[in-house]
Amino acid sequence: MNARFEYLLRLGDDALILGQQLGLWTGHGPVLEEDIALTNIGLDQIGQARAWLTMAGRAEHAGRDEDALAFHRNPEEFRCAQLCQQANGHFGDTIARQFLFDAYAVPLHAALTKSSDDEIAAIARKSAKESAYHLRHSRVWMVRLGDGTEESHAKVQESLDRLLPYVGDLFVGDDVAEAAAREGWGVNPATLRDAWESELDDMLAESGLHRPEAVPEQIGGRRGIHTEKLSYLLAEMQVLPRTYPDAQW
Amino acid sequence: MVKRTADDWWELLQAVPDPEIPVLNVVEMGIVREVLQEPKRLLVRITPTYMGCPAMDAIADDIRERLAEPASEEGLTTEVELVYAPAWTTDWLTEAAQAKLEAYGIAPPGKTSDKRALNGEAPAVRCPKCQSTETELVSLFGSTACKAHYRCTACAEPFDHFKCI
Repeated sequence: MNARFEYLLRLGDDALILGQQLGLWTGHGPVLEEDIALTNIGLDQIGQARAWLTMAGRAEHAGRDEDALAFHRNPEEFRCAQLCQQANGHFGDTIARQFLFDAYAVPLHAALTKSSDDEIAAIARKSAKESAYHLRHSRVWMVRLGDGTEESHAKVQESLDRLLPYVGDLFVGDDVAEAAAREGWGVNPATLRDAWESELDDMLAESGLHRPEAVPEQIGGRRGIHTEKLSYLLAEMQVLPRTYPDAQW
Repeated sequence: MVKRTADDWWELLQAVPDPEIPVLNVVEMGIVREVLQEPKRLLVRITPTYMGCPAMDAIADDIRERLAEPASEEGLTTEVELVYAPAWTTDWLTEAAQAKLEAYGIAPPGKTSDKRALNGEAPAVRCPKCQSTETELVSLFGSTACKAHYRCTACAEPFDHFKCI
């Protein structure tokens, strides 16, 4: 097993799938400012995905570049967390998904800045500034919706109830994660869970939202086990380069 | 044969405007990190303001276009390389660049060492039109990845603020 390749794919695929989904908000935001915000965040995610997937391609030593990895893999070859592939839904669904991810991305990027690999550390330092800003945005909206009207509260609580079971993938501490931590170039995401929990609790206290009781977690994204949604998402994202493999922009 | 030095390349680069904020050039923006003159090639290292900045390809093209001819006079090929480290910061914008931004109608970022930013408080953003600090944040995200959207409550003018990172 090539732990480095697998690990970088996880980082890249989370960002890629989230970025692709956020891009779908273009022209559909509830207000102009949020249309711009969501697509800007999506742009940052795509930028991060490009950097991680380029590195993954080099670690694989099979000659695949960022485009080959993004556009010419099947769903079972993707390593994104199941959280990232959950549907955009309404604005509250997208914000809740983003908050749950941002609260993980912030401690992740902070930890990766200490990577023994200079390039991983550099990308993490850059991404850390972006993820901190994303969290600021998604957290403000969780509080606004949770502490807003009866309707906004009920809707975003429902989003949270439905999405929380999918966070498990983010913190999987399997052999890939352990190798990354042992060899010093990565972090075992299982160690990030406490920081994530406290960010969540902090937001819940301020927004008046609550944790659903007993959440059985869905795990599998890191092993290529995904929800049905990913197939449709990839079909749309990949159709052009798969139909015309040599097409140039 | 002409003999250009590092200073000449940097000067030529100052004629390449930022495609999104044309009042600043790519050197003032802090995007150009290094210019290396090797025996056969001229290597320009650039860094993105944001990871997904869509202007990077255009910037690389503009730099190649500006340097290609003078470089070939020196028998050099021109290459532009994207680097991520050290991470771009608004601290690289000089005082002069910050003043140009303000004159252009974009509130400049200030310094990351600003203690208010450290304490998690929003630093005062000054309206580039009337200089009032009675301003409010409209949206964390503005017309490009590097800007946020503000409004002046004194003169009612909306404006962009260059995010401090």
